Amino acid sequence: MSLASRIIPCLDTDGERVVKGVNFVGLRDAGDPVALAARYNAEGADELVVLDIAASRDRRPTFLETIRRVAEQLAIPLTAGGGIRTLHDAAAVVRAGADKITVNTAAVQCPELITELSAAFGTQAVVLAIDGKRIHSQADQGDHWEVMIRGGREATGLEVIDWARRGIALGAGEILLTSVDRDGTQKGFDVPLTAAISRAVSVPVIASGGAKLPEHFAEIFTEGAADAALAASIFHDNIQPIRELKQFLAGRGVEVRLPC
Amino acid sequence: MKVTLIDYGAGNPTSVERALQRLGAESVRANTPDCIASASTLLLPGVGHFGTLIRALDQRRMRRPILDVIHRGVPFLGICLGLHALYASSDEAPELEGLGLVPQQVRELPRHVKLPHMGWNQLRATNPANPSRLLAGIEPAAHFYFAHSYAALASDQDDLSAATCSHGANFVAVLESRNIFAVQFHPEKSGTAGARLLQNFLRLAA
Repeated sequence: MSLASRIIPCLDTDGERVVKGVNFVGLRDAGDPVALAARYNAEGADELVVLDIAASRDRRPTFLETIRRVAEQLAIPLTAGGGIRTLHDAAAVVRAGADKITVNTAAVQCPELITELSAAFGTQAVVLAIDGKRIHSQADQGDHWEVMIRGGREATGLEVIDWARRGIALGAGEILLTSVDRDGTQKGFDVPLTAAISRAVSVPVIASGGAKLPEHFAEIFTEGAADAALAASIFHDNIQPIRELKQFLAGRGVEVRLPC
Repeated sequence: MKVTLIDYGAGNPTSVERALQRLGAESVRANTPDCIASASTLLLPGVGHFGTLIRALDQRRMRRPILDVIHRGVPFLGICLGLHALYASSDEAPELEGLGLVPQQVRELPRHVKLPHMGWNQLRATNPANPSRLLAGIEPAAHFYFAHSYAALASDQDDLSAATCSHGANFVAVLESRNIFAVQFHPEKSGTAGARLLQNFLRLAA
């Protein structure tokens, strides 16, 4: 009897439709968020993440309406984010039905935002999303990853471990860790990155980027020490049904929730 | 039957409302002392900080009517922080007084495990000879969704705990005493098992 490893489908939306891309670029339509949310809720997903990846601010009301309609479908927790820059933005997302808020670029630019959000909604509601990219350096043989922002396009000079620890000290209750190197490649989660961060921090870590096979999930929960694993297209396209994935993981000795 | 949801401003009763709606129960939000005083079934959904909740209840002069209603025997369900509120105090805001229906203190979970305790976990019946009324008909292996760093430690309790959960320490997951019910997890976020628990509460309240 222990805390179950969580499987989390992620809906990247342009506000209204689910879209998908490889290495953060080249988007294409992948379906209706409300229909997908209903399906994942029924199939035994442990949680759902909905992100607004549209650059334009005028899509905001559409995104909030999407959150509202998605939340109506769910009897599991909902995390929402993408473009949250202020307490006001976050409050709108929470009012629309999100249980947790995820912040990324805006938190790097203004770390106090994390503290404001955690004071308003509680630590358990603040998810710090970090996009990490491996630093290749001749001089240093150790494992290092740099925090990237603006959808993985811009380097910050921050080390992922340092930023994760700082974000937690400021009030983040969970880390959503995406490997920029693995995202969209379907080569498996970034085990060294996830293990390094998960073992270094005191809060749960959600691994993201690169999942395709059930083995990838088994690996990230054991060697990668992840508390949860997130994926998008393999669930949307039904390449990997959630129920079967969980049965596979249970067979590998990973504690999962198998809903009846 | 109409369920009165205590709306203290900082919480978000929407998901509880939706869960009740799916079960065919009507609910109304109460944000004044009078609305609470006239309740026939009372539910306190809580998320966030113990201090924010207790201050909000006092600022809105809700403490007295909540206690009166509970003492009158009206069925009460506290969710998450709504369980903590029943206690004398909490480590999360030690300077504030809880509702004091349970004399113990809510503690921070030990730091050798990851906090918050976030995700799906299983329960253990405290006394199988006296089964939980809220958990009736629910598979013993069912998982429920938790999101908290503070808890009522099982070692501190007398006989109010109907089920416990473990994350770094054993703590009260389900509390039952006469008309008072409270759960540390979020039944409104706990899939079909959570829906069944809410349905059990509605039946007990009817």
